[in-house]
Amino acid sequence: MKNKHEKFEKNVGLFAIFTILAISIGGLVEITPLFFQKATTTPVDNLRPYTALEMEGRDIYIREGCNVCHSQMIRPFRAETERYGHYSVAGEGVWEHPFLWGSKRTGPDLARVGGRYSDDWHLAHLLDPRSVVPESNMPSFKWLAETKLDGELTEKKLSTFNFLTRNRSHKDEQGNAIPLYSETELANAKNAVAGKTEMTALIAYLQSLGHALK
Amino acid sequence: MSSFWSIWITVLTLGTLVGCYLLLNYCLKNFAGVEEGEPTGHVFDGIEELNNPLPKWWSTFFLLTIIWGFGYLLLYPGLGNFQGLLGWKSSNQGILNLSESKASIANAKAAGMLVQYDREVAAAGEKYGPIFDAYAERKIIDLATANDDEATSARKVGQRLYLQNCSQCHGSDARGATGFPNLADKDWLYGGSPEMIKATLIHGRKANGMIAWSAALGGEQGVKEVTAYVLSLSGREVDTKAAEAGKVKFAMCAACHGSEGKGSDAMGIALGAPNLTDNIWLYGGSPRAVEMSIANGRAGVMPAWDKILGEQKIHVISAYIYSLSHE
Repeated sequence: MKNKHEKFEKNVGLFAIFTILAISIGGLVEITPLFFQKATTTPVDNLRPYTALEMEGRDIYIREGCNVCHSQMIRPFRAETERYGHYSVAGEGVWEHPFLWGSKRTGPDLARVGGRYSDDWHLAHLLDPRSVVPESNMPSFKWLAETKLDGELTEKKLSTFNFLTRNRSHKDEQGNAIPLYSETELANAKNAVAGKTEMTALIAYLQSLGHALK
Repeated sequence: MSSFWSIWITVLTLGTLVGCYLLLNYCLKNFAGVEEGEPTGHVFDGIEELNNPLPKWWSTFFLLTIIWGFGYLLLYPGLGNFQGLLGWKSSNQGILNLSESKASIANAKAAGMLVQYDREVAAAGEKYGPIFDAYAERKIIDLATANDDEATSARKVGQRLYLQNCSQCHGSDARGATGFPNLADKDWLYGGSPEMIKATLIHGRKANGMIAWSAALGGEQGVKEVTAYVLSLSGREVDTKAAEAGKVKFAMCAACHGSEGKGSDAMGIALGAPNLTDNIWLYGGSPRAVEMSIANGRAGVMPAWDKILGEQKIHVISAYIYSLSHE
């Protein structure tokens, strides 16, 4: 009897198709159903969208690569919840694009850092981390206090989030889906950030983290 | 999860396991047309290919992993809505607020679910709960000053909690930094009694009295004069003429700092206005730093810790902090 397997081995196209089929099963089982599950598409009760300033701060957080050293994902272990607060749940990240969960903790987790320190502390810490935490190996981010935001793209960013969250938006009192940001908020977005420093924006973002579940 | 997705996951998962078994079975058969161990006739560069079967240890282990997979899916949640025979899950992910989170612990317990995180917390509660309960029964002042084993260990626990949560601002020796008060001296912004320390920790403090005074004092000259007067209060050498002019303007500062500049704490009100006569400087005591404070204002913020740490831990931390200035 001839080896049927030779058909796949000697036909690159066929082999590629079957390889893709085989490796996509994991994703079809583990990822696809999540797009349609209540737990991953329903925001937690107190979740609120980022303000224009926080949204700009979030972009600076991404630009400076904060997520490379800081996770935003408290795992359900007592050792973590004792230090950082309630473990993270899917409903908190419903409006996050992209997720900033991170995968490495050179510094501490920041999922619930909001309100844990004063604005003054964050300023001192971002200007010179060693001035408040002597053993810290975080770099200084001095220039953030010098560079100012012009707000040119803020409105665009907010409306992009309206688009990205169109199927998971929040609801008004009648239960009708409404966009994350109203027309007025979009129109005011530029004025809300223009002239403020990147430092102010980043601190505003950090102070907003984790508010929905604590 | 809807039953469609439940079936989707179940069919694909079990189908893959069965598929793996069929593939293994298929590959164990001899299709080469020659006996096992005999040459297949393929020769390349003098190297001959033999018809060797899959190694026995390898195919056995493959089979065992498939059996393990079925066993795992039977015990643990892996097949859509099927919860597994153990009733195990890692945490309560579906919650929408903190009270739901609390309720879900009781619900899971009632349903006989085995929630890993809940069990871990309950076990720790059994172990450490009585210790903190015993600390909570004693007064802070007692925990801070007594020399018995329990009080000593409470202060040690307090120190650990302090280092983990408070040292970022107040320093690991609790001697503070510019803008962050020293907790080891006897100078208090909001009162140094055990009760006031605990209240500060629980509710946090927000100083909002110190606005920017530059304009009200008539610009740079006025700021310099008040600075001279403020520095003279703690016996520093200053230009007496400027200090005299500053003394008149200090009337505006007296509302919070008191007419003698001894601060709000001396007046018995929790305003957070520092004592200006003791040569302890929260934002630096150089003439330049004092000028900056007066001209631009200051607003220190102490976050509230009740929700992060809980009252029992704050009780112990308060005892540790009180003990620092009462050794």
